[in-house]
Amino acid sequence: MRAGQVINTLLLKEFVSAFFLAMRYFFGAKPTINYPFEKGAVSPRFRGEHALRRYPNGEERCIACKLCEAICPAQAITIEAGPRQNDGTRRTVRYDIDMVKCIYCGFCQEACPVDAIVEGPNFEFATETREELYFSKEKLLSNGDRWEREIAANLSADAPYR
Amino acid sequence: MAQLKVDGQLVEVPDHYTLMQAAEAAGAEIPRFCYHERLSVAGNCRMCLVEVKGGPPKPQASCAMSVKDLRPGPNGEPPEMFTNTPMVKKAREGVMEFLLINHPLDCPICDQGGECDLQDQAMAYGVSGSRFHENKRAVEDKYMGPLIKTAMNRCIHCTRCVRFTTEVAGISELGLLGRGEDAEITPYLERALTSELQGNVIDLCPVGALTSKPYAFNARPWELTKTESIDVMDAVGSAIRVDSRGREVMRVLPRVNEAINEEWISDKTRFIWDGLKSQRLDRPYVRKSGKLQPASWDEAFAAVAARIKKAGNKVGAIAGDLAAVEEMYALKGLLASLGSGMTDVRPAMSGIDPSMPRSAYLFNPTIAGIEQADAILIIGANPRKEAALINARIRKTWRATNLPIAVIGEQADLTYNYEHLGNGFDTLANLAAGNGAFAETLKNAQRPLIIVGEGAVSHASLGKQAGRDTIALAAKLATGANVAEGWNGFALLHNAASRVGGIDIGFVPHDGGVCSADQIGLAGKGELDVLFLLGADEYDTSAMGKAFVVYIGSHGDKGAHRADVILPGATYTEKSGTYVNTEGRVQVTARSVFPPGDAKEDWAIIRALSGVIGKPLPYNSLAQLRAALYAEFPHLARIDQIVPGSAADVAKLGKAAIKTKSAPYVSMVTDFYLSNPIARASATMAECAQMAAGLRQAAE
Repeated sequence: MRAGQVINTLLLKEFVSAFFLAMRYFFGAKPTINYPFEKGAVSPRFRGEHALRRYPNGEERCIACKLCEAICPAQAITIEAGPRQNDGTRRTVRYDIDMVKCIYCGFCQEACPVDAIVEGPNFEFATETREELYFSKEKLLSNGDRWEREIAANLSADAPYR
Repeated sequence: MAQLKVDGQLVEVPDHYTLMQAAEAAGAEIPRFCYHERLSVAGNCRMCLVEVKGGPPKPQASCAMSVKDLRPGPNGEPPEMFTNTPMVKKAREGVMEFLLINHPLDCPICDQGGECDLQDQAMAYGVSGSRFHENKRAVEDKYMGPLIKTAMNRCIHCTRCVRFTTEVAGISELGLLGRGEDAEITPYLERALTSELQGNVIDLCPVGALTSKPYAFNARPWELTKTESIDVMDAVGSAIRVDSRGREVMRVLPRVNEAINEEWISDKTRFIWDGLKSQRLDRPYVRKSGKLQPASWDEAFAAVAARIKKAGNKVGAIAGDLAAVEEMYALKGLLASLGSGMTDVRPAMSGIDPSMPRSAYLFNPTIAGIEQADAILIIGANPRKEAALINARIRKTWRATNLPIAVIGEQADLTYNYEHLGNGFDTLANLAAGNGAFAETLKNAQRPLIIVGEGAVSHASLGKQAGRDTIALAAKLATGANVAEGWNGFALLHNAASRVGGIDIGFVPHDGGVCSADQIGLAGKGELDVLFLLGADEYDTSAMGKAFVVYIGSHGDKGAHRADVILPGATYTEKSGTYVNTEGRVQVTARSVFPPGDAKEDWAIIRALSGVIGKPLPYNSLAQLRAALYAEFPHLARIDQIVPGSAADVAKLGKAAIKTKSAPYVSMVTDFYLSNPIARASATMAECAQMAAGLRQAAE
């Protein structure tokens, strides 16, 4: 036992194996990415920035059932509802999410019976002021318009597992 | 008594009980949709099926089968019913599956969601899936007026609404047409319903087929704060639950109070809430160079105090229909400190004299007592408009016993048959003299009920003496020789929630004061310098001359327009106030929201004003005020109870000498939907009033 240690020490075995390990990583594929220009893969189930979706004909999906408001554990969602002026259907007058309160649990999209509120793939919505993180209905709907293609693709990718 | 076993537990119940009632007595829960304890039994939803031993071998509708329908066993064993066997479970699941075949899956957009019987029972007794793959049926929505929104796809044909409108409300305007898949609930002609109780079908509907139109999509039941309170729209004092969210009242629902409203409330009570948000006085105003200008509390108080100091004891106060006892007590105290006894809560020219005993101005037989009456005489009142729930009680009694009812005064559709005797005082005098067939009926009656409306006692066209004489004659009729022991049939029907409480605490002319009409007259002549209007809007404000009018109230109505200083107060949902209903029952409202803007609770305004004048009232909190109030008037401390008036006093009233020759009676409530400042501020009530007046009809 003692002799083995002596030989290892004299022959610099650990030094040499560490050198080869370093060389393997030096010439191997790079795991780091050049972030703003390169991005990592995101799961279809990723829970990022919220969005309110529309139907293909442009009608907003949300029917103001208030289930997301009821289930939200952080009480980040505030909804006021009423009959819409032109056709009397049930719509939100106000749909606010306080993104500072939100804990991104995804319960709102689970509760939604019409897939209106979703957490999209976007995670890059840091702002300079706190006020910008109080999302209004307009902001959420424009999020939906912007991310609809990705959101729809994610939902259909995840659909077999639901 | 009948004996039977419910799930193996032996119970003994009265013979007339149904199986459902027996099960409830045994503590077994039975789901139901069509059965309602205050309506007739329909037995058409089949949700209450149970298994019985000693009856037919198939599942039985427990709401429609009597305990006497079951046979005992061969050796005299009591019959049995089961509510938890596999047969019952299967029957319930089957019924639920059938009900859901045609029920749309639109709970997320349905206003009933969260408080829906079908939703709850489908979770508790249904199965998770459906085997029905065909199309659901579609039913056209019906128009039922400005109060009820319909979504007839959701209807499960329990017919509760039909039974309520025909049995309780007394209008035959809803029905079930067609059979099987074509069955539809319909108002036949697409017209607005004409009942003052129609809002109750919203509560009765076990699904979301009939919902509240003004409340449509506004809120969910789980986000509302529920406050149990008392209604002040009329002198009945119905038990209500005020649902609020944040600083807003979202809706008003009834509570069960067997002694007063059972579980119904009138439409004015239910749909008044939008009036609580509009036309509100939310800051003090002072009239400067002829115009009301916004002011601070200090400025407003200073303006009032300056005038009061000059006025000496030439100060009067009139309390309106919605004033609570506390603020009237405080205002009376304020005027007393100024040396004035000019307070009045009664309508102009009231025959109710301050010297009369308490039983002269109470609904002595009580509302629940109406059911024991064996003859009813209505004098100068339209109970359907003045107190819709008392009218419903009379109709209930009439349906049960078909008792003779007669009316002196205006003829109107009261939802029951009555004999119209005449229009005025001379008819009453004739009746009291013993002439006519109905005089005989009253004489023989053991429990005669004489309802005297304010239209016969306190109408401006009558004069005070005619009102007094009407009370005397009614008292005489109520105290015939055959009247049963302990029955006091003299019933004064007030129109306003403030009336009885105000008279109880002596907010009537005292110590040299004069009545409301004379106060206005004095003001017109310039002999009354300052006039306080405590939410008083039903008086002739144009005749107040140059008097300095201080309006303490919640809404910008007639009184506020005439006012020189407006002190913004709170409505009944924004303060805890004591109200005494027409029976003499003391009840307290609860605060569910805060008053808007700078508005304050009325008693606190008066207390603060007394401090500015330099004659502070001896209480600093509502609790201290109530302690003083209860010390002076102990009966007001007995919440939810009636301190009855004495029957001997009524008999004594009947012996008064009669001076009036003739006077016509008119109902005081000209428009049911617009009878107080809150109602006049409500858009819903305005729409109903237009409908009722025939100015508008279904355009939808």
